[in-house]
Amino acid sequence: MADILKRNKALSVNPLKASQPIGGSLATLGFNRAMPMLHGSQGCTAFAKVFFVRHFREPIPLQSTAMDQGSSVMGADENVREGILTIAEKSRPALITILTTGLAETQGADVHRNVREFREANPEFADIAVVAVNTPDFTGSVETGFAATLTEIIRALVPDAKEAGTYPGKRKRQVNVLVNYMLTPGDLEALRDIFEQFQLRPVFVPDISDSLDGCLTDEDFSPVTIGGTLISEMATLGDALATVVIGPSLTKAAELLEQKTGVPTYALDHLYGLKANDALISALAEISGHDVPERIERQRSQLQDAMLDTHFMLGQLRIAIAADADLLNAFVDQVQEMGAEVVAAVTSCNVPLLARIPVASIKIGDLEDMELIGKANKVQLVIGNSHAVDTAERLGTPILRAGFPLYDIIGGYQKTWIGYRGSRQTLFDLANLVINFSHEEIPIYRSVYAQKPASELTDYPLSCH
Amino acid sequence: MKSTKDIAALLDEPACEHNKKEKSGCAKPKPGASAGGCAFDGAQIALLPIADVAHIVHGPIACAGSSWDNRGTRSSGADLYRIGMTTDLTEQDIVMGRSEKRLFHAIKQAIDTYSPPAVFIYNTCVPALVGDDINAVCKSAQERWGVPVVPIDSAGFYGTKNLGNRIAGDAMVNHVIGTRDPDPLPLTVQRAEIKIHDVNLIGEYNIAGEFWHVLPLFDELGLRILCTLSGDARFREVQTMHKAEVNMMVCSKAMINVARKLQQKYGTPWFEGSYYGITDTSQSLRDFAKVLNDADLTERTEALIQREETRIRKELEPWKARLKGKRVLLFTGGVKSWSVISALQDLGMVVVATGTKKSTEEDKARIRELMGEDTVMIDDGSPRALLKIVHDYKADILIAGGRNMYTALKAKVPFLDINQEREFGYEGYQGMLELVRQLALTIESPVWEAVRAPAPWKVKNKEKSLFESPHPNLLPQGEGAPTLNSAVSNIDEEASNG
Repeated sequence: MADILKRNKALSVNPLKASQPIGGSLATLGFNRAMPMLHGSQGCTAFAKVFFVRHFREPIPLQSTAMDQGSSVMGADENVREGILTIAEKSRPALITILTTGLAETQGADVHRNVREFREANPEFADIAVVAVNTPDFTGSVETGFAATLTEIIRALVPDAKEAGTYPGKRKRQVNVLVNYMLTPGDLEALRDIFEQFQLRPVFVPDISDSLDGCLTDEDFSPVTIGGTLISEMATLGDALATVVIGPSLTKAAELLEQKTGVPTYALDHLYGLKANDALISALAEISGHDVPERIERQRSQLQDAMLDTHFMLGQLRIAIAADADLLNAFVDQVQEMGAEVVAAVTSCNVPLLARIPVASIKIGDLEDMELIGKANKVQLVIGNSHAVDTAERLGTPILRAGFPLYDIIGGYQKTWIGYRGSRQTLFDLANLVINFSHEEIPIYRSVYAQKPASELTDYPLSCH
Repeated sequence: MKSTKDIAALLDEPACEHNKKEKSGCAKPKPGASAGGCAFDGAQIALLPIADVAHIVHGPIACAGSSWDNRGTRSSGADLYRIGMTTDLTEQDIVMGRSEKRLFHAIKQAIDTYSPPAVFIYNTCVPALVGDDINAVCKSAQERWGVPVVPIDSAGFYGTKNLGNRIAGDAMVNHVIGTRDPDPLPLTVQRAEIKIHDVNLIGEYNIAGEFWHVLPLFDELGLRILCTLSGDARFREVQTMHKAEVNMMVCSKAMINVARKLQQKYGTPWFEGSYYGITDTSQSLRDFAKVLNDADLTERTEALIQREETRIRKELEPWKARLKGKRVLLFTGGVKSWSVISALQDLGMVVVATGTKKSTEEDKARIRELMGEDTVMIDDGSPRALLKIVHDYKADILIAGGRNMYTALKAKVPFLDINQEREFGYEGYQGMLELVRQLALTIESPVWEAVRAPAPWKVKNKEKSLFESPHPNLLPQGEGAPTLNSAVSNIDEEASNG
């Protein structure tokens, strides 16, 4: 439906996009005892690390193949093999992902061959899963890098049903849940709770609620992730009742999983707003065969009540949204459900989903584009990441912080957006931003004939009418 | 792309102590076990504080996308440096060889939109590898639009952050410094009785605005800072750096090549100093007077130091009592170690060990001078090694870069951030007050006890209630009701037994 406006300027100003290796790292960090390694120069890793540390306020395991002048020109095969070996020896993780950067791809690296070479040379580390993914930063975004990495991890770690003897429903309560980058640790905790109310056991793939949720452990220090989806759990995905996949960006990953395991897929675009959560709850009722629990029905009517309360503030509100496609789509649905208008939609790169997002046009661009389109369309509220705070200030509007990265608030990484309850909170937050933001009042008019006390006349300048 | 010869020339820094050892520059990083940034990172850190310049990162998105608007540096006016700009190269640009063309148009776009006094182009790995000639693009863009366009050839794979600092400094010396003479001194700020001297600071980044603690003292002494490279600097200030009478290298040796080359080209003397701590701040002010060889200035400087030191020592007195004897593990990566050590010793704190990974032999000698011969010097900066030293030497606090912050917090160790991302300014006499406040804030915080103690139900003996009995008299004789304090100390004992 949407008209997709491609990039038409040479310079990207105030970038919205973060790179594919960032997305690939995030996907990896949702697995237990995992270590992502970026194949590029040291800075690629250093920047990505700072990006995550500022967002999650956690130590982040992330390594580099440390390409230098020599290996950039002469070939960096040795860097990849040596990097894997070093990590394997030092920390013995369960999973290492090798994520390529623009530098490695431009040079013509073949990381898949490097992994095979490592396997042949080092059989003693056969128990460590090593997955190579092509995630150059000259194409795609966090969203595509995350999806590509998840797809490759599934390809490598989920056995074909025939070979492994798995069959759907062998584990009568297990549901696989493929989750995209936009679900926060707080979201996953809430989602687990919803599944459990249907007597279902969700296996999140990946699960950052267990690894990046900001938990103090007894251990002082761990070089790899603590918590996250167990690698051993990947072999059981074929025994699940069903797979729920959240986010259109994961379509390919979901298809691959279904192809490998035969477990039926329930695809949901997102979990923001009434309709989206109705779809989730209907799916869970169907999968579990249980009635919808009363608690959930109550939460649904609480959301409905909040929709009534907030529609005064949100109806016809002119909103600008800057986010990767899945998240953009989720917010568009939620605010349109309230009668708001999305007058500026900006995203980082072109993906199939964009065409069906129900707005007039979507600009593939940066925060400067959002600023210009927003200004032209008299935007009243901005939804975007911490970088967009300055943009909103220049536009003179309040901002709802969402997406990556959120570095100027505490706890942004943990916020719960999903479910009836999370959706209700989003409506409250949006409405409060509108109420508390000073808006233009009708200018005072004083009649020349009025009989107001004389003191008021001296206090205020007379109207010039 | 820079040739290996160019890079070797940059690594060979005669003014740097590291040069005399076999590991000149910095050691080669090990794949799978490396930390730290790249040359582009270093170049960007060094120059981004020049606030009115359009800083364009030429490369695919990762270089700028994860790093823009990420510096603690402050500007007193212009804020163009906070606008992130990148050519955001796509696969098509790279495969079809269109990246130079995109850069050319990007420069035009930046000039058209923001009318900056200059544009800086940071080259990154991918365009360096495919062979973009950014020098030529910058040259023709400058000719075409009449705005200075400065190439900073800083591909990440050239080397470390430190090398990037030097590349940045080199670009300033070669393209910017010496292109304009300083403004004549306005009559309004001239003072009949004293001579105003022109000076530069090199490697001062005005993190969190901390240099503004010091700057008023320069005004008072009649020292005009032509430029701080690069905190709160403007392009037109950098242009005039060749006219200074003396340069001060602030703390870090990162841009030592600038000081050396300015001496070579213009004969400007330079000295090294720091504004961390009372002792070093005073010493740096003295050194200006000494190098400028102005008796009147020396006299006024001594008077100012006397006044400021007396004032600040009085204000610090109550804090010193609280911090005296506290044990510090200082891990700054080395460059600023000696400077911070003297600041901490001014407060009566004990520095139990310090990082020296990047320190030169000269730095180490200074550290020994300050801390004694048998001081612990740490080369291994891995989180595990740092935590071990914290425990072994019973440190009360770890002072390190932000990278180590969450390592410390996860291990429940008090922490103070000393690097460029921090949000507080510690420079000058006044900065010491902020430093002690932040030190006390974390060391004395009640949260450490709260996070270290086990949950009450994890304690073996469950009969001991945390709550006072409402009827203490009814308890068996000889056993008073446990107070909260005694219950907690019991827990501590049991926790340490278990």
